[in-house]
Formats: sequence, structure tokens, C-alpha cells
Amino acid sequence: MTKFEPVLLANVGKQDSHKLSVYEAAGGYEALKGVLREKQPVDVIELVKASNLRGRGGAGFPCGLKWTFLPKDHPGPIYMCVNADESEPGTFNNRILMEDDPHQVIEGTIISCYATRATTAYIYLRVEYPLCYERLEGAIAECYQAGYLGRNILGTNFSLDIYVHRGAAAYICGEETGLIESLEGKRAWPRIKPPFPAIEGVFRKPTVVNNIETMACVTHIARRGADWFKSIGVPSDPNNPRDPGSYGPKLYCLSGHVNKPGCYEAPLGITTRQLIDEFGGGVWKGRKAKAAIPGGISMGLLAESEFDLPLDFNGPGKAGCLGLGTAAVVVLDETVSMVDFLHNSCRFFAHESCGQCTPCREGTHWALSMLERIRAGKGRLRDLDLLLEIGDTIGIIPGTTICGLSDGAAWPIKNAIRKWRGEFEDYIKRTNPRGYMETNPVPALHQIAGAH
Amino acid sequence: MSTTTRVLTPEMIAAIQAFIPRYPNKQAVTLPALHIVNEALRYVPLEAVIEIAELLELAPAQVQDTLSFYGYFKQDQPHGKTRAWVCRSISCALRGGEEVLERLCQRAGVKPGETTPDGRLTVEFAECLGACEYAPCMLATHHGGQAELHKNLTPEQMESFVNRLPQ
Repeated sequence: MTKFEPVLLANVGKQDSHKLSVYEAAGGYEALKGVLREKQPVDVIELVKASNLRGRGGAGFPCGLKWTFLPKDHPGPIYMCVNADESEPGTFNNRILMEDDPHQVIEGTIISCYATRATTAYIYLRVEYPLCYERLEGAIAECYQAGYLGRNILGTNFSLDIYVHRGAAAYICGEETGLIESLEGKRAWPRIKPPFPAIEGVFRKPTVVNNIETMACVTHIARRGADWFKSIGVPSDPNNPRDPGSYGPKLYCLSGHVNKPGCYEAPLGITTRQLIDEFGGGVWKGRKAKAAIPGGISMGLLAESEFDLPLDFNGPGKAGCLGLGTAAVVVLDETVSMVDFLHNSCRFFAHESCGQCTPCREGTHWALSMLERIRAGKGRLRDLDLLLEIGDTIGIIPGTTICGLSDGAAWPIKNAIRKWRGEFEDYIKRTNPRGYMETNPVPALHQIAGAH
Repeated sequence: MSTTTRVLTPEMIAAIQAFIPRYPNKQAVTLPALHIVNEALRYVPLEAVIEIAELLELAPAQVQDTLSFYGYFKQDQPHGKTRAWVCRSISCALRGGEEVLERLCQRAGVKPGETTPDGRLTVEFAECLGACEYAPCMLATHHGGQAELHKNLTPEQMESFVNRLPQ
């Protein structure tokens, strides 16, 4: 890989990197000053659109385009919700940004609120991040004191308040409408869309929901320009009119069976193999890799033979995965049982399903009980087809659920069984040699003792 | 006329009320209020739910509905003075997280979600602590104190963790 200068992680590791003085010494809040002095909100939206920044929360939706969905000339208030509820297993990039460089996130949030004319921003933070809470609260207090937040910011007519709102350990709060419901003080049941949050979001007002890393990217786009951002990453595919390209730096979280797990910054488009070899120090214990999760477990699985595909917004999809997701790469070495992996994955989604939609509530638990049965040595070969059938029917792609959680639950099932079917069959044959071919688990009436 | 003991202290009420100006309606203060009570009492008893509802001008059922959705809040009895969340998600499981949780449960003599009879420890599993680079890991919150992230754990470390628990 050619030399790449990290920007999102540039301050990480410096002493007191979370403090305003350190951030300002490295040029912090100069971008905000420039924006407020020289640009109208519409100019900022155009800048972000020109950069082709795609949301870093998992879906990869173009950020500037999302902002344009807000109604024009709305009397307000308009709200900004910053999604800091990352709970996708394998993902921790937002935590690093909030703990080690919270001002970078706050500066991006202020710029984004100026662009969208939002007057209040809520950072919805997962409760499992106590240090982030402390650091964000500290940074926000420093901003009020320095005049970056509050009334008439830096002498302009722009006013903004930012509040941190803590969640209570529920994965579904990371879904944008689940987050909105939770912020309103209710159970985090996702809403049916439309109306989309841009039209009717939190407190029934126009709302933008953006991810923490997206906010950090906005800071650097405002500081360095759209052309700089577009000079990094992978251009759009000319053969795919729906591909807006994958531009900019990206935080990749590397965990699992690698020697050096961590959060690394690289251009979008780096491959799984490069990530493991150049950043992760190779697979641990000198073993070989068997598979990798490309971006949180909801994205599915890449086999080792697919490690040379680029980890951009389109790459993992070419290998039958859902997408790049959060770019949280989890490496599985050759000793990992795919039955165990899938059990872990199904257990997570069954636990985190909010229970609102029947296919998700029932389907995730059904898949989990089947995996529990297979692991307990009572599996049948036909279970694999049944699991695939569940995987193909529970998600939003056939239009059966309100949000994408069940889709996320389905992809690991579909990928694991389709790519490692032989391993599942061997496991079932080995652990249930007498019953693995059973086709009818219900005994016929004449087989029941006492029946005539 | 019967007298009812109030659960929320003036300090808790003041802390809850301080959140009200942050939002355009009082219902949005539900989660902050639940956190405030939970941090003070280590659970949110039904009486507190009723008092929170009064403060926020809601029906108690609305607060109870929200509380019951989030597994974080306990209602029947306080959680232990230390609450330890062991991560069992894939990144931690790949590096021994399940064994760490099992050893902690064995050592404490409880199952996930339960509290030791002396009230010192509640063991929980976490679906993901978002600290996957330190797998396997555990978040321990001490009542009235700091939260600690325990990193790169081994099952053996659970022995000393339990031995060192504050009284």
C-alpha cells in the first residue's frame, strides 16, 4: 500500500488528545471558523455533496444528499441526532474517536448543524461507553466556554446546543428510527418509513441522523476540501450506474484472530488481506485464516479466497455479503467451527430483536434453537435447508419487517451455510450419526406405544 | 389516611428536573430519569416509576413500558454493588470470552443476570462492549465509583477479580 497520512486518527495517542487546547493547537475549530465566516449553509451542503461522503454508520447513504431531503424553509426546529450507539459486534471505531478526539466529532457536528439549520443536536451514546460519556461531556463544556456552542456562536447569528443522551444497552437503538423513539423516551421500536426522519423525525420535526465517524469526516472535508476527500478511495464503477464511488479515509476495526487487533485508518478500498498483513501483523499463532467478517456480523462472511476483494462499499457485495457495513473486520482462523460461529451470531440477533415484527422475532429465535439443537448433536441435514429458508424470508428484502435487523441476522446464516455447507453436514453426520437423515421427526401413529 | 414512603430523594428529583430544558417535551427525560434512579438505588422499583411518571407528567405505564424494554434496568431487587458485564460477542468469543464468563459465574456461584447472596456482585453477559481490540473484555461498574474496562482477560483472572471486589 502506498503511504497514507491518517487524518481521523491523527491526534490519537497524543497526550491529552481529548482536550480543547491540544485540539486547537493542531488546527482544531479553524474549519468551523472558516465555514461560519465564508459560507452559507447551502454552500456547506454542496461541499459535502461534492465530496461524495457516504455515511459511515453501515448503510453508506450519501451524506450531503440526505441533508437535502430536509424541507426547504421549514420554520424549525430542525434536529440533528448523532448516532453513537454502535453495537454491531466487532465495531469500535466511534469509541476511539469519542474517547481520544471528541472535539473532532463535535466540530463536524457543529458544521453539519449549521449546514442543515439544526439548532439542537443530541449525541445518542450507548451506555457501555462510560469513558466516551465523560470525554464528550467534558469537550462540550469546553466548547460552551470557548464560544463554539451556545448562543451566537463566534459572534454570528448561528446558535446551537449539543446534549449527550445515554441509551440503555439495546442494539436496536442504533437503527435511526429506533434511536429516535428511544430519544423520545419510549421503547426503541423502529418506525415504518415513510415518513423519513428528514421530514418527520424526533419530536415529529425534521431530523438528520448521522454517525460519529461521518461527523469526523465532515470536519476534514471542511478543512481540506471536497477534492482532497475525493482523491482518496475508489472511484465509481462506470459499469454500475448506482455506484457513487467509495471515497475518503475509513476507520477499519480489526479484531479476532490477528496478532495486533486495533482500529486502523486506511483509504476505502484496502483489501482484507492487506489489512490483516500490514496492520494486523498476520493471523495469530502462525495459523491460516479461514474466514473474515467484512464489516460487523450482519454483513455475512468472506472466505479466505475472497480476501483480495476491496473493502469499499461495493466490494463485499461481490462475494455474496450484504455490504461493507461498519468496516469492522473480524478474522476467524482455521480452527474455528462454523457451527459455533453461526450459533454465536444467531444468539446475538435473537437477543437483540426488538420483537415488533413477527418474522424477525420468531425467525431469529427459530434459527437460534436450530443451531442450539445442531450443536447439541441432534441436528438433521434438512435443518440446513430450513435455516436457508429462514434466512431468505425474514428480512426487509422480501418486505416483511420494519427495519433491517432481521436482514442482518439472515446474512451470516446464508453465507455460512452456502460457503461452508460441507462443514455443517460433516458436523451433523458426526454428532448425530443415527438420526441425521431423519425426514419426519414425528413418529407414525402405529409406532407410538399403546396405539392400536 | 395511609402514608406512602417516597423513593426519590430531593437530589434525584433535582437531577431529573435539570434534564427537562434539554428537550421539547418531558417524556424525553424518561431514560435520563431511569439512569439517575438506577445509579442511586441500583434498581428502579415500581414506586420510583410512579414518581418519575408524576414528575414527567406521564402515565406510570408509559415509564414502565420504556423501562421494561431495556434490559439494563432492574426492578425486582437492586443489582450488586459491582455489576460485571462479560462480553460474549464474536470477537471476544473467538479469544475465550465464553470461558471467562463461565469462570466468573462458577467463582461467584451465580448465573448471568443474578446477584451473589452477599450483594457484592451481579454477573451479566454483554452482547458487545465495543472494545473488541481488547478481547476478551469485561466492563465492571462499581456503585458510586468508576467503571473499569478489564482487557485481554483469562479465566484465571476472574479469581482475583472476585477476591478484590469492594465490600
